[in-house]
Amino acid sequence: MPQVSMTVNGKPATGEIEGRTLLVEFLRESLHLTGTHVGCDTSQCGACVVHVDGRDVKACTIFAAECEGAEVTTIEGMAADDGTLNKVQQAFQDHHGLQCGFCTPGMVMTAAALLEKNPNPSEEEIRSYLQGNICRCTGYHNIVKAIMAAAGQDTSKIAAE
Amino acid sequence: MYAFDFERPKTLADAVKAMTDEDAVALSGGQTLIPSLKQRLAMPSKLVSLTGIDEIKGICVDDDGRVCIGAATIHADVAAQEYYPALAALASNVGDPAVRNRGTIGGSLANNDPSACYPAAALGSGAVIRTDKREIAADDYFTGMFETALEEGEIITEIKFPVPETAAYMKFEQPASRFALVGVFVAKYADGVRVAVTGASNEGVFRWSEAEAALGSDFSAGALDGLKLDGSNMISDVHGSGDYRAHIAKVMTKRAVEKAG
Repeated sequence: MPQVSMTVNGKPATGEIEGRTLLVEFLRESLHLTGTHVGCDTSQCGACVVHVDGRDVKACTIFAAECEGAEVTTIEGMAADDGTLNKVQQAFQDHHGLQCGFCTPGMVMTAAALLEKNPNPSEEEIRSYLQGNICRCTGYHNIVKAIMAAAGQDTSKIAAE
Repeated sequence: MYAFDFERPKTLADAVKAMTDEDAVALSGGQTLIPSLKQRLAMPSKLVSLTGIDEIKGICVDDDGRVCIGAATIHADVAAQEYYPALAALASNVGDPAVRNRGTIGGSLANNDPSACYPAAALGSGAVIRTDKREIAADDYFTGMFETALEEGEIITEIKFPVPETAAYMKFEQPASRFALVGVFVAKYADGVRVAVTGASNEGVFRWSEAEAALGSDFSAGALDGLKLDGSNMISDVHGSGDYRAHIAKVMTKRAVEKAG
């Protein structure tokens, strides 16, 4: 079987894969990084979002073989080595931006990618950027609030609790 | 997903060679193809990934002032270019952010989904689709729903867009799929106006010639008042009837003219 090598959360990762092995399968089954979730498996829900060479992509809709040589960051790579949460993760905790938590890894990775490009997004820009991430619990309000807070913005004007 | 061989060539020449195998299918961003493979709607013996070929990526302006976009350029990069603002605006609203970071303009045009946005831009701009073999005018390229003038194994390498005086794309979005329920691209050039409609016809993207003539003499939304599209050959599904799509297409055309100014 062909081999693939990439850097995952700063560490080299190599494994044998099939042509049809998806990145999310390589992450979960070969590397045992199960924080990246498979929700719909049809590139609708965004639970599997990871960063590949700095861009947020759906890991269920990219083959592992296409990530040869790439820098991949998953939710496991977001906190500091001592366990200190990334500011987006911390804001999700502080503002209760999750209920069941299934969508949360994708939400955090998408939000982090947004803030990288646009450090001061409006509520409308945040909602628009979350188009490809589905949450069936929260109604999104606290997710939006958490992302605004992570950007250092005033969250008191967000409509609903 | 059925098993297949996977190749990821670094050069266009190697990709062309890899595509000579029977049943080989080109893989670009994969945002349509990978879901199709999962559903076993496609079962190629070999996938040839085009995402490792730098020579078919990137955006530049040629000596004729046309914006030339490499076929493997992702939507996010088309959205970020400033040479053709109406095209950038269209690209910035395809799918969702993660899809735009992976899907490519060449992949979209090769697939020719009847509800995709890029076919409207290519046809509405009179673009030229360059392949490894030849150049194809957009007017000759789109031949039907999911059908194009591409031959077996032919690879799109670049799309050349003549930049209009003004242009705009209006998309009436189907909110679940984020494809266009109907989308209209209007572009005004020195020698005339082009109007391309996607999402509506059973034949895929088409030019609305009556609207082009009306707008050619009077580039205003009011110039379209007396016109009506025939809904009988429009897509009719749970999201909207053919007559509904015909109506929306006219409304979107007017809005595109107003937005283009």
